Formats: sequence, C-alpha cells, structure tokens
Amino acid sequence: MSHEAALHEGHGHDDHGHHEHHDTFLTKYVFSQDHKMIAKQFLITGMVWAVLGGLMSVLFRLQLGYPDASFPWLESILGKWAKGGQITPEAYYALVTTHGTVLVFFVLTAGLSGTFANFLIPLQVGARDMASPFLNMLSYWFFFIASIIMLSSLFVETGPFSGGWTAYPPLSALHDASPGSKTGMDLWIIAMALFVVSSLLGGLNYITTILNMRTKGMSMTRLPLTIWALFFTAVLGVLSFPVLLSGMILLIFDRNFGTSFYLSDIYVNGVGALSNEGGSAILFQHLFWFLGHPEVYIILLPAMGMVSEIMSVNSRKPIFGYMAMLGSLFAIAILAFLVWAHHMFVTGLNPLLGSVFVLLTLLIAVPSAIKVFNWLTTLWRGNIRFTPAMLFAIGFVSLFISGGLTGIWLGNAALDIYLHDSYFVVAHFHIVMGVASMFGMFAGVYHWFPKMYGRYLNNSLGYIHFWITMAGAYLIFWPMHYQGLAGMPRRYFDFSIWESFKQFAELNRFISTIAMIVFATQILFLINFFYSIFKGRKVTVLNPWESNTLEWTTPIRPGHGNWPGEIPEVHRWPYDYGKDGHDFIPQTTPVGEDETGTH
Amino acid sequence: MATTIIESKNKIHPYKMLLWVGLGSIVMMFAGLTSAYIVKKSQANWLEFELPKLFYISTLVILISSFTIQMAVKKAKAGELAQYRGFLSVTAILGLAFVILQVRGFQALEASNVALTGARSNSAGSFLLVITGLHLLHLVGGVIALVVISLRSAAAKSSSNQVLPVELAATYWHFVDLLWIYLFVFLNWVG
Repeated sequence: MSHEAALHEGHGHDDHGHHEHHDTFLTKYVFSQDHKMIAKQFLITGMVWAVLGGLMSVLFRLQLGYPDASFPWLESILGKWAKGGQITPEAYYALVTTHGTVLVFFVLTAGLSGTFANFLIPLQVGARDMASPFLNMLSYWFFFIASIIMLSSLFVETGPFSGGWTAYPPLSALHDASPGSKTGMDLWIIAMALFVVSSLLGGLNYITTILNMRTKGMSMTRLPLTIWALFFTAVLGVLSFPVLLSGMILLIFDRNFGTSFYLSDIYVNGVGALSNEGGSAILFQHLFWFLGHPEVYIILLPAMGMVSEIMSVNSRKPIFGYMAMLGSLFAIAILAFLVWAHHMFVTGLNPLLGSVFVLLTLLIAVPSAIKVFNWLTTLWRGNIRFTPAMLFAIGFVSLFISGGLTGIWLGNAALDIYLHDSYFVVAHFHIVMGVASMFGMFAGVYHWFPKMYGRYLNNSLGYIHFWITMAGAYLIFWPMHYQGLAGMPRRYFDFSIWESFKQFAELNRFISTIAMIVFATQILFLINFFYSIFKGRKVTVLNPWESNTLEWTTPIRPGHGNWPGEIPEVHRWPYDYGKDGHDFIPQTTPVGEDETGTH
Repeated sequence: MATTIIESKNKIHPYKMLLWVGLGSIVMMFAGLTSAYIVKKSQANWLEFELPKLFYISTLVILISSFTIQMAVKKAKAGELAQYRGFLSVTAILGLAFVILQVRGFQALEASNVALTGARSNSAGSFLLVITGLHLLHLVGGVIALVVISLRSAAAKSSSNQVLPVELAATYWHFVDLLWIYLFVFLNWVG
C-alpha cells in the first residue's frame, strides 16, 4: 500500500481537511498537523526557552556570586537593567521571576510533555496521528503565541513581572506594587492564559489518543510505561490547569475592574490605603497551588516514564514490577491533588488541617520509593549499555532520590516553618523537579533522536555533556542545603550586608562559577543537537537500540501516517528482554507455542 | 473513505471522547470557582442578596433549548434536514435569549445597588458576575458552534456526515444547561 493510501486509511474517521497531501513548506514545517513535526516544534521552542531561562539564571547568579563587582559589558547588553555594570534589584527580581515561570511552564511542561507526548503517543500506541491533528496544531500555536507575549514582556519599559513565578497578590494584583506589576504583569497573565489553553488542547488529545486509538492487541496493560506516565500527566493537566485559569480570571478582575477577591484595605507605600474590602490573598494561594502541586508531577511523570523505558531497553531486562510501576504512577497522580497546602504551612493554616496535609505529603514517599526500588532492580544484573540516554536516566534516579529525601523534611510542617522560603527549598525543588526532569528530557532526546531525525547524536559529546552536568548539578545545589539550614532566605538580591550570611560569600561565588560552567556545557549539547540534525551519523537500521516498542517498526524517517503499510498488530507487552534465550522480542512478534509466561 | 477502517475497536468516536474530557476540564474550572466562593462566603464582608428574578426565566429558556437541540439530533438522524435546521435555529435563538436575559439580570442587580465591579463592589456580587459570566461565555461558544453547523449543513450537498457535528453540539449544549442548573442551585441555596 502506498503512503498516500495509508494516510487515507488512517484518517478514515475525519474526512475533511486531509485531501491535500502535497505538503508545501508551510504545511510541512510551520502549520504542520503531523504529530512528529509538532513534537519537534515543541522541542525546539522549549530549547530556545531553556537557553533564555538558563541565561537568566547565569545573570542573577552573577549578582549573587559577585555582589560588589561591576561588569561594564553587562550594561552594554542590558542597558538600564545593569546600570554601572551591576544588575539592578528590579532586574534581579524580574530575572528570577521569569526564570521560574519559563522553566516550569515553557520548558519543563510544554518542552517536555509537549515534545514527548506528541512524539511518542501515536508511535508507541500504534496510531497514524493524534485523535485531532488540528487541535494538536492549535496546541502548539497557542504555546507559540504565549511564548511571543512572554518574550515581549521582557522588553516593555517597566520590565517583566517581578513578583515571583507564583504571582501572589498583592504584588500581582496591584499595578502600583512594583514596576513589573504594570504592563509586565498584564503580559504575564495573557501569556499564561494562552499557555493554559495550549496545554488543555494538548492534554485532551493525549488522553483521547491513548484511550481510543490504540492498535489491535495493544491493551492498556501492554502500553509502554512512557505512555502511562504521559497519560497521567495529561489527566493531571486537564484537571488542574482550569483551576489556575479560574484563579487568574479573578486576578484579572482585581487588577482591572476594582473587585476585592484578593485585595483588602491594606496600606501601600506611595499609594495609601486601598479602597478594597474583604479580599483574601490566601485564596489565590489555594487556587494557585491546586494547580501548582500537580504541576510538579506534570513535570516529573513524563521523565519517570521515559526513564523506565530507557532503563529497561539499556539493561536488556524487563522493567521490574510493571504493575507496581503503574500503581505507583496512579497513586502519585491521586496524591498530587491532595497535598497542595504543604506549600502554605506558614500562611496561618489551621494546624490540624496542616497535619492532614503533612500525612498525605509524606505518603508520596511510598509510591516514590516503589519506583526507585523498581528502577534499581531493573538495573540489577542487567546487561547494561551506558549510552548517553542511559546515563541521563541513571542520573535522573540519583537526583530523584537526593531531592526526594529533602522532600520528606519539607513535608513536615514543623520543619517547613523553619526552612520555608530558604535556600533549602531552592535546593530541594531544583534537584527533584528541575534538574531531574531536565535529565529525563535529555535522556529522551538522546534516546529518540534517531527516530526524530534519522541520525545519531554524537556520543562523545553526550558523555561530556552528562558528566559535567551531573557533577555540576550536585555542586550547585548541594551547598544550598547548608545555606538554607543556616537560614539564608531565597529571592534576596544581596546577602553581603548581613553579618550572618557574609560567611557564604565564597560559597556563593563557587556556586555561581559552577552554574556558568554547566550552562556552557549545555551549549555543547545544543551544538551537538543542531549539528547532528544535518551532519550526524545516519541511522541505517530500523531498530538501533534493539527495542521492543512500536516506534521502531516504522521506517527510519517515517512520513505523516507513520507506517507505510498497515499498522502492526501487537501480541505482547513491551518488556520481553532476555526472555527464553532471546535478547529482545518486539511487541509485534506473535507469541510462540512453548513460550513461558506472557503478558 | 469515511467507511474505511477506524484502526482500533472504537466504542466511542474520538471526537466525542475529546469533548467529554474537555467537559471534565470545564467542570474543574467551575469547581475551583465555586469552592473559592464557599471559602470566601465564610469570611467577613459578605453581602447577602437575592438573585434577579430574570434568572428564573433564563433557567426555563435554557431547559427548553436542551429539548429543541435533542429534537435537532433526532431529525438529523432521521435525515429530515429542513426540520433539523429549524430546530438548530430555534436552539440558537433560545441561546441568544438566554444571553440577553442574563445580561438584563446583571443590570437589574446593579440597579438595585449590588455593585458587581468597582470600588463599591462586594465579593459576593463579583463572584456572581465572574461565575455566571464565564458560564455565559461557554454558552456563547455553543451558539457560535450551532451557527457554524447550520451554515455548513445548508451548504452541504448530501445528508451524510451531518449527525456527528450535531451530536457533539448537543452534548456540549446539555452540559452547559446542566452547568447552569448546578450554578443556579448553588448560588441560590447552597452557596
């Protein structure tokens, strides 16, 4: 069957909009409805944001490491943001806020699950494309417009929003609270609203495609763990992002229509007492963290799924405890909705209610520990291949353990009241959510790059990238635990005026230096990535990693529709590695007569 | 082409499932808002007032419109296209009537000194505006969908492929209807 015919077959149920098969440049690369191209669009936009967000962290680390030094070249780049070669406090807060917003939402949500849910779901469940390729395209373009608006907020005269990525009122609700609360905040809200629409459109598609478009024989318990993780991610997003949206709508009303949802008769310096009555800033925190905590798992679960898959393939062993992995994903997804107030222990939360949230938070340790145990037992006595993807997957587990343990500290209200808003928190969430998920993303890129572009990434550069980033991640964030325990608060512009924090001046300089080295190493990865798209070693075999999953049964460079002929039928789960004397048995291989224990 | 293989053993059309998942997400948005309403109500500075009488009429209107859109689905399935378009139009008109009644309701509240926005506003009124206003926007989206479907149906040459769009629209319309009933009961008696 020709490719065209296959396309017709695959889109049998939506017969409008697919008559045109001669792709122009515009329909192939720009307004593409091919899930693989949309995935690449998400990936590359995410990478642009990662560079910008990373660069912002380098800039504010420069301030923290060298609070007294002057860098004239900074003024020539940043202008009034770095008067006299020193980053201004306003610019510092703007950088910290934008760094957080961009990394959490634009890189680790859109860049991570946008990329891999789009790329892997149809390929691994055996579908020609998403349930609605058109909505899928819209999902990317909403993200793109959100990106442009967020980017433009960096260039308005009063600067981007600078009240922290959580956008708590009153800083976010009052135009006069800070320079960034003016136009910067308006643009922030618009960009985030469009971003929410983007992730909802994406999530609807991911869920429907997984439930509805699986190929013959692909029962839910034969799905690779990547797909399960992306499924729970999408469910979390679809259920929690609307709540953030509702919170932001109330915020818009407070900002622009004089309502009192979050504002009360507080006194603002230079403005006087507000005329608002009875508003509660805590209300916003509830609405924000009802998304905010699931968001942590929206970021983490895709990484967990990919790590499970990559570990199994590169250990040449079945994933240990598939059903336990599934159950723990499910448990994490449920608990994600029941722990949001652990971000609010210092808001005067009722202590009894607080202890309920402590208990539920600590319960997350159980499914997390199951996952770690299963990853380690998958490695145990495996025939391990240390590809760059595998190294990043192992690195993920290391970071997840280190960051997860400090989560048990912070989940305790009694400890959190001391550690809240300190560098301990910064260290915790950067390790367990930020860097760990970034490692999952790197693992995914190294592993699936051959499927995306038909070429390999350079391995040597990959190893250098991994080791420097791995060591760097710990060198940057490990010392921050000590700073936090010593009481050093996060978000401060300059610590040099406090006697008690002066002792950390050298440590801050050390952290900043490592941060710059790690950032430079990521440039190495970017060079590897873009060079390899065009000049990398060509993939010559269908299944370079000798993997069982369906994406490797497509041609080396699959067209729109994925399989030129019929979609293959599935006969087994994806983890038959090292079974009955076979190194691997793809999902498409029928079950042999004398085969032992089949899924 | 429409009859060729749908690759999996579909029990439900993918678009219908997309819609259902989307409705779940809308539910969460209103769950968030009505929860916030309950929290806020228990705090100081809460103004008690009665819902405008017009809201009772609009409730009746939207209930009737659910019936007319169901008739449209029935006629589309039976292939009686003229009647099908008739019921679609009636539903869209009822939808517009609902919009007008709601806006008049807001105006009646403002006239009786319940400020919904601005410096004199109270969260009770503002919440009512935001919650019912967002519901209204969802309903307007439904009206737009009905208009688009009507125009497409008028332009279509054959009677095939006309059932799915109206089925999707009807599901959404019933949902917006149910959502209003929930909000009406909630704002009147629960909240």
